[in-house]
Amino acid sequence: MKNLTVYFVVLGILTVALLSSCGGSETRSPNAPNPNGESKNPNTSSYDPNRGEGKFTNDNIVIGSSLDAPMAKSGEAIVGTKCTSCHKLTAEKLVGPGWKGVTERRKPAWIMNFITNPDPMIDKDPAVQAALELCLVRMPNQSLTDEDARHVLEFLRKNDGVK
Amino acid sequence: MNKSISLISLATLCVLFFVTSCKPKNSGNAVSGDAATKVYVAPGKYDEFYNFVSGGFSGQMSVYGIPSGRLLRVIPVFSVDPEKGWGYSEETKPMLNTSHGMVPWDDLHHVQLSKTDGNYDGRWAFGNANNTPRVARIDLKTFRTTEIIELPNSAGNHSSPFITENTEYVVAGTRFSIPPDDVNGDVAINTYKKNFKGTLSFISVGKEDGKMDIAFQIQCPGVNFDLSRAGKGKSHGWFFFSCYNTEQANTLLEVNASQKDKDFIMAVNWKKAEEYIKAGKGKKQAVRYAHNTYSDITHSATSEIKTEVTVLDSKEFADICYFIPCPKSPHGCDVDPTGEFIVGSGKLAALIPVFGFDKIQKAIADKAFDGEYEGIPVIKYEAALYGEVKKPGLGPLHTEFDNNGNAYTSFFVSSEVVKWNIKDLKVLDRVATYYSVGHLCVAGGDTKTPNGKYLIAYNKITKDRYLPTGPELSQSAQLYDISGDKMQLILDFPTIGEPHYAQMAPADLIRNNGQLKIFKIADNMNPFATKGEGESKVVREGNKVHVYMTAIRSHFSPDNIEGVRVGDEVYFHITNLEQDWDVPHGFAVKGASNAELLIMPGETSTLKWVPEKAGMYPIYCTDFCSALHQEMQGYVRVSPAGSNVPLSFSLGSTVPETK
Repeated sequence: MKNLTVYFVVLGILTVALLSSCGGSETRSPNAPNPNGESKNPNTSSYDPNRGEGKFTNDNIVIGSSLDAPMAKSGEAIVGTKCTSCHKLTAEKLVGPGWKGVTERRKPAWIMNFITNPDPMIDKDPAVQAALELCLVRMPNQSLTDEDARHVLEFLRKNDGVK
Repeated sequence: MNKSISLISLATLCVLFFVTSCKPKNSGNAVSGDAATKVYVAPGKYDEFYNFVSGGFSGQMSVYGIPSGRLLRVIPVFSVDPEKGWGYSEETKPMLNTSHGMVPWDDLHHVQLSKTDGNYDGRWAFGNANNTPRVARIDLKTFRTTEIIELPNSAGNHSSPFITENTEYVVAGTRFSIPPDDVNGDVAINTYKKNFKGTLSFISVGKEDGKMDIAFQIQCPGVNFDLSRAGKGKSHGWFFFSCYNTEQANTLLEVNASQKDKDFIMAVNWKKAEEYIKAGKGKKQAVRYAHNTYSDITHSATSEIKTEVTVLDSKEFADICYFIPCPKSPHGCDVDPTGEFIVGSGKLAALIPVFGFDKIQKAIADKAFDGEYEGIPVIKYEAALYGEVKKPGLGPLHTEFDNNGNAYTSFFVSSEVVKWNIKDLKVLDRVATYYSVGHLCVAGGDTKTPNGKYLIAYNKITKDRYLPTGPELSQSAQLYDISGDKMQLILDFPTIGEPHYAQMAPADLIRNNGQLKIFKIADNMNPFATKGEGESKVVREGNKVHVYMTAIRSHFSPDNIEGVRVGDEVYFHITNLEQDWDVPHGFAVKGASNAELLIMPGETSTLKWVPEKAGMYPIYCTDFCSALHQEMQGYVRVSPAGSNVPLSFSLGSTVPETK
């Protein structure tokens, strides 16, 4: 009977090894269910918390030293439709965090990546995960175009006092 | 010890199973596996086919994944659907309008997918309303009914909505013959032979936009038109209709319409009819019918009553319509992938006649006629016949085709599917269905290039196939693997309503057709759209109160409304500000006699509410949208008629602002 036990233990180990060798088993933080089921498995090792994840880098965005007022105005219109239901222009939290000072806390690429590609970043970014614990609502993907995102960034800069 | 040995074997087998499951599957071992492997679609994986299934007496169309048999969607078409607000929201109510007013429940029998060059093109699905005759077009980018057209001069729109090989026309033949709409229908029923006519409608379909229009109708003798199919390939330009009740009985048809040994299949040269219409030979007839369209830009439907249709009288044109005798009240009338063979299925027959298109053409050229029926030439049976399938079974109904020259015919009375070869007419295989099969579906089974992997039987009777659920049971569909020589039953699955005809298309054709995930808020042209919380407001116009409300995870704006009075009509125009796939919001207000709303991202929907007494009325979101979904709520205060509580609205402040 002892031999049998050994046999099963070995078998068990073998099974686990074989199972895991198949790969692709899904792991997902229970705190961050991804409602879209679209993003790849979280792999936080290569995640850059300064840049976030998405198509923007801090090199491929051009930021002027002064405000581009028409761009900020366009951004304000987009924000009115898609963002201010949940974000205040002050530091006060509404559904999501208040916006005051966000351009000082976050790099431009991070902001533009987050507002165009929120789901993977909600799953990976430690600061966003901390915010999710407070807000409990995942920021929706509001289908902003690249241009929309740049205009929203300019409006955020204006909101933070860039002239 | 025996037990131990079997345990060891079992455990070893388990390990072996895991080992083999790592290997990539090839089609070889998928086909030779057991039934469970064939229909198993792992969690998160997609089915191979979309299956669009008629919802029968539910009036809707359902969408299944095959081979799993999973229900993916119920598309509301001809019946109100509280789950989706269809027929309840102000925007969708006009879709169910008819010349008889609003019809909330109809009966959808047949599904047709749009075709280009005789194959499915993945753009639209069509369905017929059998009771109050209509044809609907469903946009397969949104899976929504986008157009419904009513058919004058028709009753029991059964041989419908069959389509030509480039979707030039959707065709609808009337089951009931009736007096035409422009004459007095208040006549004795027993004047059927004199006063009743059967009408075939040819609905043109816009090449780009799919817009339907009744191009013309052909008035035919008073019989029952049952089913139809377009010719294809060599027979493109012709249409074939099965007809029964050539006895012209008006009572106890069960007996009185089963007197003759042969009824007819009617061959219609629609290209010729088209020429006569272009030459101005049609007669304008005064009628009334509704034409309803839904716009994805305004998120609104409009209903227009049209008043004229152009009619050709079949008797007046010698070369449009021909009758071909067909045994015993033919039902199915199906054309093979080459377009050469037309299979007639006499419901009460014990053989299947197969007619040859070339033979029909020769018979017409040679005038091989057996006299006339009500002014229409009757082709000699033998002159049109290619051959008969002998002793196939009892009560043939419908035939689908595979890509190897085989036909599959359903037999209602003997509850079986029979596979036979089209060329030599020999029976190859037969398999039981549970029970009393009606329609069949092979992927592309009515196209030029069928996919002979699966066949689905849609059964009329369920009995003991599922756990009992009281007197009413879900209808049963059965999936067969037909890729080998022998048909093999691999799955039972329940369907909604009573499934009549269904069609199946490769999943990639539909999922890569430009599926819409959201409505872009910038493109929303609903006159009551609220594009951003800053624009939300409440406006009084006399006794009408318009609430311009937004919804986003997870609140409405405004969520406190005061100053509504008994006697007001309140219109909640809700705009869902989300721009992310699969994030609808719901809306409900206590006591609403008109259901709820379900609003897609970027869409505006309107609920009309007439409060009948003063009090406090909660509103809330009915579709779980976020962790704070239970917080997505608000109040509407209703005061008595004549009250001077000012109209006010607010969000996030306890003291309502007044405007």
